[in-house]
Amino acid sequence: MTALLEVSDLVKTFGTGEAETRVLRGLSLTLDVGEMAALLGPSGSGKSTLLTILGTLMKPTSGRHAMLGQDLVAANDRALTEFRNLHIGFVFQFHNLLPDFTALENVVFPTAVRMGRETPVARARGRELLTRMGLEARFDFPSANLSGGQKQRVAVARALMNRPELVLADEPTGNLDRASAMQVMDLIAEINRDEGTTFLISTHDEKIAGLCRRQIVVGDGVVTG
Amino acid sequence: MLYALKIATRYLTASKAQTALLVLGVAVGVFIFIFMSALIGGLAEFILSRTVGDISHVTITAEDRDPAILISPDGMILAVTERGRARTATLAEAATFVPLIETVPGVIAVSPQITGAGFLTRGAQVAQVSVTGLEPGRESAILNLDGYMTQGSARLGAGLIVLGETLADDLSLRLGQTLRLQSSSGVSAVLTLSGIYSTGNGMIDASSTYVSLSTARTLFGLPQGVTRIEIKLADLNAADATALRIRALTGLDAVPWTDGAEQLMEALNAQAQTGYFLKSFALITIVIGVASALLLSTYRRRPEIGIMRAIGAGRGFVIFVFVTQGALIGLMGGLTGAALGYLALLPFPSRDAFEVGTLPMDITQGSYGLAITLTVIGAILASILPARAAARVDPVTAIGQ
Repeated sequence: MTALLEVSDLVKTFGTGEAETRVLRGLSLTLDVGEMAALLGPSGSGKSTLLTILGTLMKPTSGRHAMLGQDLVAANDRALTEFRNLHIGFVFQFHNLLPDFTALENVVFPTAVRMGRETPVARARGRELLTRMGLEARFDFPSANLSGGQKQRVAVARALMNRPELVLADEPTGNLDRASAMQVMDLIAEINRDEGTTFLISTHDEKIAGLCRRQIVVGDGVVTG
Repeated sequence: MLYALKIATRYLTASKAQTALLVLGVAVGVFIFIFMSALIGGLAEFILSRTVGDISHVTITAEDRDPAILISPDGMILAVTERGRARTATLAEAATFVPLIETVPGVIAVSPQITGAGFLTRGAQVAQVSVTGLEPGRESAILNLDGYMTQGSARLGAGLIVLGETLADDLSLRLGQTLRLQSSSGVSAVLTLSGIYSTGNGMIDASSTYVSLSTARTLFGLPQGVTRIEIKLADLNAADATALRIRALTGLDAVPWTDGAEQLMEALNAQAQTGYFLKSFALITIVIGVASALLLSTYRRRPEIGIMRAIGAGRGFVIFVFVTQGALIGLMGGLTGAALGYLALLPFPSRDAFEVGTLPMDITQGSYGLAITLTVIGAILASILPARAAARVDPVTAIGQ
């Protein structure tokens, strides 16, 4: 397997002096292309911090972080923004859609913001993804009026819009009922299988974790299993 | 950045009531700006028309010759001719220059005149007066005599005289009566009162008399030439430049009305400065209003900004979205305020028909384009601070909110 992402000796501290908290304590991890991994661990173990760093939204205090052969620790904000847009998709626990936009506009956003406009090709891709998510009747529906499950499926579609190599999902089913959660996980598994997109899913739910081929357990700031 | 424009527009239309209030606030500021521009401009126009509207805008006056000096062969000054009381200097080539001056751009009337002093006698009553000889047909070229006539006609001919109402009352004169006018040169003429005017200016109404140019020639012993050429301009603010042009064209000493009108100019400048202050305050209000509204919007939309940043929107894109919102608010407010200002100024009389007792609003001096441009620029500047604040939003913190 080819390594998509590598982090080693990752340290992240917050605060200074007596208030200093070390959340990651030399964590090392490798994700291969096409993996579907669950990130497990108790609250405060450093899962969210790790996802945030892997998503290039935060830099580690020290350690190495590389993806697709690029050193992301040394990159500046502009380069990281571009990298994130092209290579990483996000699915958040609370979907985090843009409420004043329709479902299709939300999905198309990552491409439109890069191109400077909503191209017909991008809109076609957006419709295709929403159709795949079972939301073909909701293209022009205001995202604020969608149900929780529908919003999360729109969020998955948005994460896939630019065909990223890696999708980071932070408790993607944590706010959904069991049926909706399984529906979202089935979609993720299908995309992983069909398109080879790598997924790293942070979850507390053992059943959700069981749907992933690999489980990574984080405890006290390091990978424990 | 069409996409940033789309997002900015969507944000504005998403909160219609808030946007409408904001645009209305900006429009009120622009309305005040335009109203003040029209008022200050109109007031200046009104004051100028009342003070210098009836006077010559550029005047060419004959210069007295230097007194003759008798010098002895050894260089001693033996005698100096005393400057006479009577005006002797003339613009001998006036007839040549008048058509030339009339061709100067901006000149709307030229009035060659002979001016001097005299005594008006009616029975035992005597009044000291100024005498102005005007060319028939040009009586109202400078002072609108026709417009001020209360009795008779302003038309001047041989043996006729026109004078002010106060003077006529002082001498108990009625139309058609004869009176004697003795010039400072000592020449007398018996003239018939053909018209009485009232300008509202006490000095003119009490002491100015008008006769025909030929009568003035006889009175002042000037068989040819004139003593003064008065010129009226379409734009009295162009007097300085036009005077220079006439000077270059004729070689005569053309003097604009602004020479010797420093106090009036200072007063008008002070008034204009007041206007600038008031308009600046209106603009500052707009800037503060837009900045505070957009800052609130930035705070309210922090999570969305965080999401946008997380999924690939750069800081520049976020700044552009918020600056575009500011520009759109400025443009909409500017256009609305300008339209409201124009509509509010419509009922006021035009600048040519200002009436005493009403606000002298000049609809043509509303500075509409300037108001809209400055408002858009002000709104853009006002949005930079909120836009920068938005661009600095930390996606991790914002998404967690």
